[in-house]
Amino acid sequence: MRNPQLTKNGELQHLLTIDGLPREILTAILDTAAPFTEVAEREVKKLPLLRGKSVFNLFFENSTRTRTTFEIAAKRLSADVINLNINTSSTSKGETLLDTVDNLSAMQADMFVVRHAASGAPFLIAQHLAAMGLEHIHVINAGDGRHAHPTQGLLDMYTIRHYKRNFNDLVVAIVGDVLHSRVARSQIHALTTLGVPEVRVIGPKTLLPSEVEKLGVRVFHDMREGLKDVDVVMMLRLQNERMKGALLPSPQEFFKSYGLTADKLQCAKPDAIVMHPGPMNRGVEIDSAVADGPHAVILPQVTFGIAVRMAVMSMLAGA
Amino acid sequence: MKIHIKNGRLIDPAGGIDAQKDVFIAAGRIVAVGSAPEGFAANRIIDATGLVVCPGLVDLSARLREPGFEYKATLESEMAAAAGGGVTSLACPPDTDPPLDEPGLVEMLKHRARHPGFAHVYPVGALTIGLAGARLTEMAELHEAGCIAFGQAHAPIVDTQVLQRALQYAATFNFPVWLQAQDPFLGKDGVAHDGEVATRLGLPGIPASAETIAIATILQLARDTGVRIHLTRISSAASLEMIIAARLSGIAATCDVSINHLHLSDADIAYFNPHAHLVPPLRAGSDREALRRGLAEGAINALCSDHTPVDDDAKQVPFGEAEPGATGLELLLPLTLKWAGEMQLPLGTALARITCDAARVLGIPAGTLAVGAAADVCLFDPHGSFEVTRESLKSQGKNTPYLGLTLPGRVRCTLIDGHVAFEGGR
Repeated sequence: MRNPQLTKNGELQHLLTIDGLPREILTAILDTAAPFTEVAEREVKKLPLLRGKSVFNLFFENSTRTRTTFEIAAKRLSADVINLNINTSSTSKGETLLDTVDNLSAMQADMFVVRHAASGAPFLIAQHLAAMGLEHIHVINAGDGRHAHPTQGLLDMYTIRHYKRNFNDLVVAIVGDVLHSRVARSQIHALTTLGVPEVRVIGPKTLLPSEVEKLGVRVFHDMREGLKDVDVVMMLRLQNERMKGALLPSPQEFFKSYGLTADKLQCAKPDAIVMHPGPMNRGVEIDSAVADGPHAVILPQVTFGIAVRMAVMSMLAGA
Repeated sequence: MKIHIKNGRLIDPAGGIDAQKDVFIAAGRIVAVGSAPEGFAANRIIDATGLVVCPGLVDLSARLREPGFEYKATLESEMAAAAGGGVTSLACPPDTDPPLDEPGLVEMLKHRARHPGFAHVYPVGALTIGLAGARLTEMAELHEAGCIAFGQAHAPIVDTQVLQRALQYAATFNFPVWLQAQDPFLGKDGVAHDGEVATRLGLPGIPASAETIAIATILQLARDTGVRIHLTRISSAASLEMIIAARLSGIAATCDVSINHLHLSDADIAYFNPHAHLVPPLRAGSDREALRRGLAEGAINALCSDHTPVDDDAKQVPFGEAEPGATGLELLLPLTLKWAGEMQLPLGTALARITCDAARVLGIPAGTLAVGAAADVCLFDPHGSFEVTRESLKSQGKNTPYLGLTLPGRVRCTLIDGHVAFEGGR
């Protein structure tokens, strides 16, 4: 079965997940993003690459940050951007996901940026568009359930490459709620595809998915052990609702075992960088002293995120 | 109507027959096998040259969707699918709307299904009212109305004391109880086997232990109550091992597996294919291998289609939200033949699992072509093939993970009580 996000010629048709994408495509996205970081420093922060194109931000799940960065990215490429927060409009009126897509397709959309609470929803949309003969409409997954958040994974790779130059001698640790995290899955696929020799995941057994080691990672339950000599620490957000389902006893105990403190960070290499996809829960998964400290590259991640999203959009549009 | 089926390869697993033999039918029954009875003048001769003549198939689970879900399928559409698939007897689970928990509903279903050319329908009655797992149904009344067993479909009984009493009560009358084993808490929100694929796709998982824990409970209560227990649609290697061990300790439990779990694993979810969303979930490749072997060895008693027609709207949604189930009546024979071929099994052994062995689980005198038996017969071309397309499926449900595949075997003719229920397939 052909990877539904690639064309027959192996080019990127949609960006749905990093899983299964060849290294060349990931590298091409990162390379394309590099010059876009400079656009932000210009007086006129605009490029004409997507002029006349309509980008629909289809958010079936709330998000301010991701939606905003996609919006900025599209606008810097001169696209027309339409934001739809669908959990507050159509679905409450009973319209199905694909009805919504059909309606927006009829409005001459060129690109859908989709966030949905259900894993696989962007695949369903892409397959539906193909069945309707609407292959010219591109789909970007902006986060689906626990499955994938590929642009976040890519901006994280951009950040790592920016600070560490290359991937092939790094040890990277991903810490926290891997089970519910689409970010972690995209990070793991991106890191292993780009040739990072050792990817670790650190967390309690209740927050690690089964057989996660088959994704090519080493599993640690002791954070100090897991952070030993790592180059990159990627923290994950812990949702407060995880306290309800008998996954964890309390935020305090989680912080004690798996919160990133300056003390625990001592186990990592002296020049280790600390990343977080945001929004942060200070005092739950990360201590303020670390979040605001010299190792943190959390704000540059946000800046790079815009450039990476510009790169993805321009490549999909064939610009 | 007297029918002479000539020149066919007769395979009757119940009688251990696999030979070139003619079959003679009169008044809806088999009157002779081999040579014609004296004075037999056929009204119709069916030339079965190149075809296998076997008992009509017995399917342990086919949802007809009536009453309540007529927008998914109707008795008419699914009976056409059954006949087209060579299925002449089927058990239907109680998860209709309303569920089969009242004698009137069962009588109505039996009445609607009593039609020449329709397969024999054997309803499995609800074990508890509304399948809610709280109060017992009137099992004796339901039995009189036509229920051959009692079960809960996919609705587990959460309260173990209710389960114990339901089994005790059923055992009182020697009614068989058919249960699908799934712990109601483990994998509560799960939609796929808890393993690498679910982890990769970010799908909430259902661990195999959700099944084995429930099986342990059911087997223990079966021992205590002496009920005739049948475990439906087992999905894991560990479940099969437990059932085999229980038999050695004297619990006469039977079990079945679906055509989907016999051929597919969680890897077939691929890119969120909603047709691979099933209950129980498709499990690991190693589970599938164990089930295939278990069925070949007879440790799994029967193979069923687990026919579940689902409307397109209910499948055109993200994987986890898609209604589980797959259409299957027309795939039962082709997928049996595919399995037999891959396992290099004698045809008779393979066909036994969907004829006489299934009939034994059901407790009905079907699945045989012995003289005196009802003339439920399936004629198929073992070298033909069935291309699974939306158009080729007679079932109203077009939902199957096998869509687009070409499967071995082609049903040419189906007789039910000596009536030609289906003819064609060329």
